[in-house]
Amino acid sequence: MSVLIDKFDVFASGFWLTLQICFLAAIGALILGSVVAVLRISPVPPLRALGTVYVNTFRNLPLTIVFFFAAFGLPALGTNADFLRIPGLDIVFSRLGTDLPYFRFALIALVLYTAAFVCEALRSGVNAVPAGQAEAARSLGLTFIQNLRHVVLPQSWTASIVPLGSVIIAMIKNSALIGFFGVIGDLSQTADQLTSAGGEPFIPVAIGISIGYLIMTVPLGAFLDRVERRQAVAR
Amino acid sequence: MTTSEPLIVLESVNKWFGPLHVLDNVSLSVGRGEVVVVIGPSGSGKSTLCRTINRLEPITSGSITFDGQPLPAEGRALAKLRSEVGMVFQSFNLFAHKTILENVTLGPIKVRREKPAAARERGLALLDRVGIANQADKFPAQLSGGQQQRVAIARALAMQPKAMLFDEPTSALDPEMVGEVLDVMTSLAREGMTMVVVTHEMGFARHAANRVVFMADGQLVEDAPPTEFFANPRSERAKDFLSKILTH
Repeated sequence: MSVLIDKFDVFASGFWLTLQICFLAAIGALILGSVVAVLRISPVPPLRALGTVYVNTFRNLPLTIVFFFAAFGLPALGTNADFLRIPGLDIVFSRLGTDLPYFRFALIALVLYTAAFVCEALRSGVNAVPAGQAEAARSLGLTFIQNLRHVVLPQSWTASIVPLGSVIIAMIKNSALIGFFGVIGDLSQTADQLTSAGGEPFIPVAIGISIGYLIMTVPLGAFLDRVERRQAVAR
Repeated sequence: MTTSEPLIVLESVNKWFGPLHVLDNVSLSVGRGEVVVVIGPSGSGKSTLCRTINRLEPITSGSITFDGQPLPAEGRALAKLRSEVGMVFQSFNLFAHKTILENVTLGPIKVRREKPAAARERGLALLDRVGIANQADKFPAQLSGGQQQRVAIARALAMQPKAMLFDEPTSALDPEMVGEVLDVMTSLAREGMTMVVVTHEMGFARHAANRVVFMADGQLVEDAPPTEFFANPRSERAKDFLSKILTH
């Protein structure tokens, strides 16, 4: 078990990289997922159809296929996803700015895939709000966006928060795949480095990696439980 | 009381829910300041009729005009029209996460862009009018059904609507609370508000309505002043309906 202490810096840097991609992907997926959810509940049929196609595509493809398209399809299209080299942001998240694009590709894949699930979690919350609430808002003359902003969304968070948390936790675990698509040095890929290349015993390394993921996921779950309880009281 | 040009005109309105013909060639006009009470057995299409007037239910064919303008399709124009037509629902539908006063001021502030202070002042005056000013800071769930429905009326009035639609406003209330809601509606009717009221309250129909409209199976069967309708219903359907509800 001494590997946990001896190679602590390797675990720590793997943890940090996984945390980075998960943080960025969570923000991206929440934004994109919200947009897709708005499309799916909009009163305009073509927009609704667009949202449905998006969800059906990305929810029903295996994540590895999405990663595959991002890592091999995007370069074939001639892009290095340089739009993600966001000035300022690449100081903290240094991999956003590297010449090697695989971190950016993996981020795109994770965002596209997770957004479909975020959309459905948000929509399940919206569906939990009684239809009469939106009807009353419409009858007052509120526009679709005002209706969402002032009436429906404030009431849908409670019902969305738990499924949304599950989606983000699943995303953190899904991020373990990025090592197979060119990203070097995330928490999972660290295991490969330590065991295959470094000759460290597998089980202690796996335990160390597991602890790394649990540090990210368990507090998130606990935090969501707290939010849920607080809102349940307020209602 | 009524002027020459009617406020609400429905012409040959048809509506299908799949194979179900819920509105069958319905034509109706409501004059300014007129109170029209719609009655009929359940499933006769009276609620649907009420909800087509502000396009909460789109119609399959026919035309509806409000204040001389055909109902706009989905979009800003429709939102503007809805802001001019107050609606009160059977299940109140007060915004559960907002206080009573916020319920009443949301429309004026967000739709009419009124200053919050002015909207609050008028909101409080309206709540006072319906007898709930002292509950302004409570949440809907803390009020009784009758109180909630009176707030819903105040919320609709806050938009200073040209007409008010009532979709079975007392059907979800405990019996002892029906009166307080009908009192508010009666005083509104006296002040000359144009109203379309779907209800089972025959007493209200008798004393507050200018006209009673009887619907059955999606058709508008009778349209007469209340005294005439209750004394001599012409159709068999209406006679049958009245005999069932007035014998108790």
